[in-house]
Formats: sequence, structure tokens, C-alpha cells
Amino acid sequence: MTLSMRADFSTIAGWIAPGARVLDLGCGDGSLLSQLRESRGAAGYGIEIDDAGVLASIGNGVNVLQSDLESGLAGFDDQSFDSVILSQTLQAMRRIEAIVDEMLRVGREAIISFPNFGHWSHRLQVLAGRMPVSEKLPYQWYDTPNIHLCTIADFDAFCVQRRFRVIERVVLHDARRVSLLPNLMGSLAIYRFRSA
Amino acid sequence: MSAGVVTPQRAAFAEPLALASGATLPSFELAYETYGTLNAERSNAILICHALNASHHVAGVHAGEADSEGWWDNMVGPGKPVDTRRYFVVGVNNLGSCFGSSGPATLNPATGKPWGADFPIVTVEDWVDAQARLADRLGIARFAAVMGGSLGGMQALSWAIRYPDRIASALVIAAAPNLSAQNIAFNEVARTAILTDPDFHDGHFYEHGVKPVRGLRVARMVGHITYISDEQMAQKFGRQLREGLNFSFAPEFQIESYLRYQGEKFAEYFDANTYLRITKALDYFDPAAATGGNLARALAPATCRFLVIAFTTDWRFPAARSREIVKALVDNRRDVSYAEIAAPHGHDAFLLDTPQYHAIVRAYLERAVR
Repeated sequence: MTLSMRADFSTIAGWIAPGARVLDLGCGDGSLLSQLRESRGAAGYGIEIDDAGVLASIGNGVNVLQSDLESGLAGFDDQSFDSVILSQTLQAMRRIEAIVDEMLRVGREAIISFPNFGHWSHRLQVLAGRMPVSEKLPYQWYDTPNIHLCTIADFDAFCVQRRFRVIERVVLHDARRVSLLPNLMGSLAIYRFRSA
Repeated sequence: MSAGVVTPQRAAFAEPLALASGATLPSFELAYETYGTLNAERSNAILICHALNASHHVAGVHAGEADSEGWWDNMVGPGKPVDTRRYFVVGVNNLGSCFGSSGPATLNPATGKPWGADFPIVTVEDWVDAQARLADRLGIARFAAVMGGSLGGMQALSWAIRYPDRIASALVIAAAPNLSAQNIAFNEVARTAILTDPDFHDGHFYEHGVKPVRGLRVARMVGHITYISDEQMAQKFGRQLREGLNFSFAPEFQIESYLRYQGEKFAEYFDANTYLRITKALDYFDPAAATGGNLARALAPATCRFLVIAFTTDWRFPAARSREIVKALVDNRRDVSYAEIAAPHGHDAFLLDTPQYHAIVRAYLERAVR
């Protein structure tokens, strides 16, 4: 099986303590968990609903549990993981508040990454009167799985409103860190936060 | 490809076997088959545990017998998910069965007559202990995997608990951590059908030259209903009639004649005393009974890796029961993967070859057995 490397993986790996217990929600082919196991000695589970992802994860030797994230994390006890990760999946979920609450219930820390809808290229497309289509958001409006897109400013406000304590925020574009005008120049945001 | 012609073998054990009931089997025999070759490190052995009505004949065919494919021939063989070119596969017939291992129909060495009703009631744990003796005999200190579906999955689970040093991975398929009241209820209907058949003679029917075939037929009919999903039955039979309504009690609906056929066929080859015992072994299986109902604590000794598989339309052992096993393993921080296979067939799906199901078993074993 081949492993994929996504732009947010190395940032996430940097936030995982050696030997940590991690839960990767929407783990796909298990690439992230596999890399965290190799580089951080991390152990844990991936959750995936898609048959192809479950099969690929098993082929990659990753612990994968086939389940629908929308139905919650009932199979996991409170505070049983160091980190619960949701990598580029948030925007496709129906019940955002429910899953974030569940992440902070079973984990001490939540790590969430999402495509930044506020990137200048998206704004230009909206100004031109069209829904944005980009490398990070490659879908047309009629076939997109992304039903809850947000900007970095939106997510910042969400964290304030829900009283989450943001420990770190990294914004990337083309796999490089963006520090100037992140909500305009960044295409991918990665947050690490806890409950207050 | 098929495993080809295989020859059943027997192993006799003179050392007594202490049973969960408190009884002791003074000696016993196990029928078994093997496929593939045990490697020099003895690290590629896979044990296949059978469910209610199956046997040691897992794969391949018996010489000179038509239609003698093993019961899991689609899973086990050269190039199959359990690839006998890579793995040394052992199929074993459980104690109390009627296909060659010591059971009610075999001779009681103390009397020289068939055991009949006197054959002790055996449990999943007793089976596993007997299987471990066979492993000793075959020179297998540690199985790369123990696997089975339904009652076979329960044996794999029991192996993981009882012999954690002798099993590297357990494949628990379409199983449950114990039977529900509804499961036990169906078993009790089946047992009552057998026990009340006038030809049963309290289990000593061999001496009377008869078989309680009527009871066995009904037992199989009721069991068979639980193996198939409602949607599968609707799709296969619906309300189809054989000829039309005759206003009689002869089979008129296709499902009636199908069930009768299944009952007839089963009663020809299966032993009533064995059926009673296997349903009891199912009813009694409950590893968490020893830990006050706490399955996580019951599974704490099990350190091997697990693959748990359930089927979406299985209403005999629904996916929720498999998720109980998964939850208990996660609570113990064990290596476990869980696949929920979309299949329309119901419980019987574990015997069929849904592509995702077979691909997962294949991929898991390729990682687990090296």
C-alpha cells in the first residue's frame, strides 16, 4: 500500500508527543496514523466510514474502525486519547458542534485542519460571481461534499464563542507557513485547542 | 483454485481433559485436516474454528466424493484470502460433534457402546482447550491467526483470552460476546423439538435403531430462519407459490418447501445429540460472566491483535454485538480493526464471498502473517 502525504501532516506530527495515544477521525487510507506511528511512536485508532479507506488502512497495518462520525464517538471513553485529529474533514460534516464536543470529550486536545474559504482566490471568484473552485476545493457547487466551509476568521470566532483555548494555529499555502494576512493568503488552516 | 483432494486425519489424546462442567473426558480423538505447509519457523499456522453444523473439512474435496467441497472453500485455498500457498491452515472438528471427533455417536471407551446422552456437555472453552492439545501435537507453539465466523468467532475470542501467548491475531467474524435472550430462545425451540421427538429416547436412540429426524428437521428450520435476513428472504422467495393455493397444509409457498428441504437434508447427516450440545455451548458462552458482566475486564488477558467483522443485515448477531467486542478491546488499548460489511444476506454472509469482506481478510492476513 502506498501512503499519501498531505500538507498538514507534518504540522500535526509536530504537535504529537512521542508515544501519544491518538484518534484520527476520517482516517482515509491510514497514512497519517502510519506516519505518526513511524515518526512519533504514537498508537491509536482511525475511524473511517468508506469501504475503500477501511481496506487501505488495514493494508497499511493501521487500526481502523469502520463507523460513521456523524453518530458520535460512543465507543470511546472520556479523555482516553491525548489527541483527537480531524484532518480536512470538518467541512464535509453535518453536525460540526456535536463532533467538536465529542473530540474534546474523548481527547485532551483536538487538532482540526480545514481549507480556508477566505483565501484571496476564493474571494476573487465570489466577486466575479461564481462559487470558488480551487486545488483545495476542487468541486463544483452541485457535487461538493463540502457543506460547512468557513474562513479562518470564522473559526477564530467559533473558538471564542465556544470558549476553546487555542494552543497553536498554523496557516499554510503551498505547504509553506503564512504569517502575513493569514485569512487572505492562507489556503489551509490547522488548529490545536482544548476546552477552557 | 481449490485446495484439491485432502485426507482427513485423526489425533488420539490419552491424557484426560477436564471440562468446564466439572466432568472429565478420560481420552478423546479429534478429526482434523491441514492445507499448505508449516514453515521452518512454524510461524505461518492459521487455525480455522467451525460454527454450528460444520466440521474440520474446511477446504478442498474428499477423494471419490461428489460435491464434497469444504465449508469455507471460497475463503481457504491457493490464492484465496486465506492463501494456502503462504499459510499452514488447520481445520479441526470440535468435541461433541458428529463428523469424526469424539462425540455422542462415538464409542464410550468405558462401555464399548455409543456415548449417547452420556457424552458430557462441552463448552467453547473446552473446545479451545482440546484444540490447544492438537496444536501441541502438530508442533505449533503459536498460531499466526485463529479465525472463525459465528460460533467459530467465539472460539477465536476464547483462544485470545485463554492462550494469549499462543495466538498472534484473532479474526472474530459475525460473532457476539454472548447470546441474547432472543438467541437463546431460538435455541430452546430447536432443543425442544429434538427432546420431544418420540424417537429421541433420552438421547439413547442409537440403541433403538432410530433417529429423531422430525425434531432435527424443525430445529434446522427454525435455525435457518435466523441465518437469513428478512430482505434476502423476501428477495429470494417473497410470497411465491409453488403451484397455487390448495387450501391444504402441504407446502404451498416457496419458503415453506425451501425450509422443509433444508430440514430434511440436515436431519439426514446431523446428529441430534450433537445439535443439543452445540446449542448449549452457544448459550453458555459468556466470557464476561467471570468478571461480573464487564467484557473489557474479561478481555484484559487477550493481548493479540484483532480483526472484528460484522455484516449489516445480520440480525442473529447484529453489528452492535461486534461493536461491544471492539469497545472492550479499545478500552484495553488493544490493536483492533473493525469492518462492517454491507451485505444483504444476513448472518450467512460470513460464508459467502462479498468482495469487500474477502479483500479485508486477505489484506489483514498479509500484514499479520509474515
